[in-house]
Amino acid sequence: MSDLSGTWTLVRFIGHRDRVRIVVWIASVVLLVAVTAPAIKALFPTQGDLDKAAVASAANDAVIVFNGPVQGLATVGGEVAFQVGTGMLILVALMSLLMVTRCTRAEEESGRTELLRATSLGRHAEIAAALVVVAAMNLTIGALTVAGLIGQQLPVAGSLTFGASSVALGMFFSAVALATAQVTENSHVASGLAGAVLGGSFMLRALGDIGDGRLSWLSPIGLSQKTRPFAGDRWWPLLISLALTLVFLYVARTLSARRDIGAGLVQPRPGPARAPRTLGTALGLAIRLHRGTVLTWAVAMFILGIGFGSVANAISSFVGDSQTMKEIIAQMGAGNLVDAYLGTALFLMAIVAACYGVQSIERLRSEETLLHAEQLLTTPTSRCAWVASHVAVTLVGSVVVLFAAGFGAAAPYAVLTRDAGQVPRIIAAMLTYLPAVWLLVGLSTALFGLLPQAMGAAWVAMAAYFVLGFFGELLKVPTWVQDLSPFQQTPHLPAATLTLLPLAIITLVGVGLLGTGLAAFRHRDLG
Amino acid sequence: MADAISTSGLVKTFGRTRGLDGMDLRVAPGEVHGLLGPNGAGKTTTIRVLLGLLRADGGDVVLLGGDPWRDAVMLHRRLAYVPGEVNLWPKLSGGEVIDLLGRLRGDLDYRRREELLERFELDPTKKARTYSKGNRQKVALVAALASTAELLILDEPTAGLDPLMESVFQDCIREVKQQGRTVLLSSHILAEVEQLCDRVSIIRSGRTVLTGTLIELRHLARTSIAAVTIRPPSGLSTLPGVIDLKLEGRRVTFDVEIDQLESAMRILVDHGLRSLTSAPPTIEELFLHEYGDFMAKEAAHSATDKAGTTPAGPGEATP
Repeated sequence: MSDLSGTWTLVRFIGHRDRVRIVVWIASVVLLVAVTAPAIKALFPTQGDLDKAAVASAANDAVIVFNGPVQGLATVGGEVAFQVGTGMLILVALMSLLMVTRCTRAEEESGRTELLRATSLGRHAEIAAALVVVAAMNLTIGALTVAGLIGQQLPVAGSLTFGASSVALGMFFSAVALATAQVTENSHVASGLAGAVLGGSFMLRALGDIGDGRLSWLSPIGLSQKTRPFAGDRWWPLLISLALTLVFLYVARTLSARRDIGAGLVQPRPGPARAPRTLGTALGLAIRLHRGTVLTWAVAMFILGIGFGSVANAISSFVGDSQTMKEIIAQMGAGNLVDAYLGTALFLMAIVAACYGVQSIERLRSEETLLHAEQLLTTPTSRCAWVASHVAVTLVGSVVVLFAAGFGAAAPYAVLTRDAGQVPRIIAAMLTYLPAVWLLVGLSTALFGLLPQAMGAAWVAMAAYFVLGFFGELLKVPTWVQDLSPFQQTPHLPAATLTLLPLAIITLVGVGLLGTGLAAFRHRDLG
Repeated sequence: MADAISTSGLVKTFGRTRGLDGMDLRVAPGEVHGLLGPNGAGKTTTIRVLLGLLRADGGDVVLLGGDPWRDAVMLHRRLAYVPGEVNLWPKLSGGEVIDLLGRLRGDLDYRRREELLERFELDPTKKARTYSKGNRQKVALVAALASTAELLILDEPTAGLDPLMESVFQDCIREVKQQGRTVLLSSHILAEVEQLCDRVSIIRSGRTVLTGTLIELRHLARTSIAAVTIRPPSGLSTLPGVIDLKLEGRRVTFDVEIDQLESAMRILVDHGLRSLTSAPPTIEELFLHEYGDFMAKEAAHSATDKAGTTPAGPGEATP
């Protein structure tokens, strides 16, 4: 067992260092579920209301893609699992994979692992400690969720199944992230790879759920939903999840035992002895530093777009002539069901794309804390020019990322419907979110200039926009709060009509924030 | 000619701690100036203020005739800097970093670059991620030395270099000096400063304690004398400024302050001087001389602090 010695010390260390992060994650997920149950009860007070909603949802593919399979919708429990289930599972998966990467590869990349390994720490202690911490977080979320649902007088068996499915999915993505952390030296790439697996699982189950449900069996998220919480409660699909988890753990352990500390599977190659002509200005350096990130994001968003675009075609073939559906579509303000679906899909992708903007501006801060900025700013490069170079690359990068997402969504849909006109239409709709993404870039830059230690606040804003977008209506958040989100303010094309005023206002706010950040950075100490 | 660097009463606070507490520093054009002090004395903070990375909270600072905060961009055309902790962009090769910094400064001498790469035995094709600490330092040194900047600011530039490379570095600095350029060299390697510097400033706790040429500073310390005389030298023990006097028959050893050296010599000569060795104070001794007192005081201080916070054992008087 000497391979594991020191695990417990590390667990306590992580628990202390990340105490705020851990509590915030657990509280957000549990609260989300806890407030949904009463909201559902308020929304559908009688069995008649529930039945009516169940019929409407069962026919609406656009809703099924984002919410989950149609099972037990005529009960409060089933409706809770439907409304919050997929969102909660994604949050739990994200939490698990981000925490695992943070405790393993990110630590190794920073060189801190080296310091720890030199002590009497076992070879597998970090992996074990990361797993213990994330498992404890998942179990806590599971237990509190079950308690919350039972507290709302929902069936005990269904509540337990719901909690267990979430724990199983969290553990699966912990194992995936452990494996991807062994493959690459870069922690962002490691969590990106695990995130791609998450995106794939979402797509597979979306396609499965609007079809005959068979594809969903291939998705870890699908497996967690195949337990049918509040709608038959069966536990055995979780055994498949568990088996997959063990496979990934085995892979991670094998890779970890074989490689050197700090190394990935891919060894670095030598570079050029002389710099290319383009590498001679602050902007040239910024382009060089960002190009890999932009490319990775563009490819990832293109794939995500393809996923959503393929689903769009499946939806179009399901549109019947039911009167209820026509009413729902009319309420959404869209011309047809596919546009309603695309409106939501593009909105979701815009929020994901804005994460690129925030992450990209965080590079300024890491350049500063890693003392790279010091070397640039002691040459005749002004502070303004340095910040502006990263901001400029990020602004252009967001165009590229949004374009890739739009093109990804448009291509399969245009091919399947044999309507090339869809391509410019959907890409244009995607680019409508550019001002909103730029506003987030501005917010991050302002934080960098004014409160560099608090740059994480931009992520809090992102999380808030996500929750507002998906649960704002359900949770009856006041309109003025919802209006604070630039993504909410942007017309949800192609489901809505284009209005320019909100876009102009969002752009102005973004420009103001950018200017604030630039001005503030000129007046503060470096470091 | 005006000073290349001049600060007076420089103050920089970080929250409640004072990084610089009335720092005075003067560096004349064309001189190699050593900035000496232990870890945490304020060497790096001083340099970061001089580079306009930190803004001083008080006092005056003039660098190459300008204000390092306000005129940063203009002044940076005329200086090159090697940080104490060299962190490079992990995906760029060493050669790319050297070219980038040189082009940003606008004065990269490619022939000199090749020559320096050879002298420092640095492989420019390796990715920065794979360089050792010493090699990262060499990248920054080559980038700075390949420039024609009139002022070089070097923050403990040899901390990771092996002795062979250290001597290459010293040769380079001598060449820079011959070209009439100015160097500010922060270090805690005393031998290096002694080898290279015209003048030194010793700082502690953010304040200049001593500044001057090595000859001037040596005046402040004592010279060690070992002598053999025909008759036992009497009168040395009563001479002020003589300490550690040891008489073993006709052999005598002692330390003497510079202004009493002449009197001491006279006594030795009067008693029939047969052999004499004298050792001037090394910078180590200067350093220890200045620091010894300070450290002793600090140690005594923290000891009483501890006694005040830990409960006294039975029978002990609480202060």
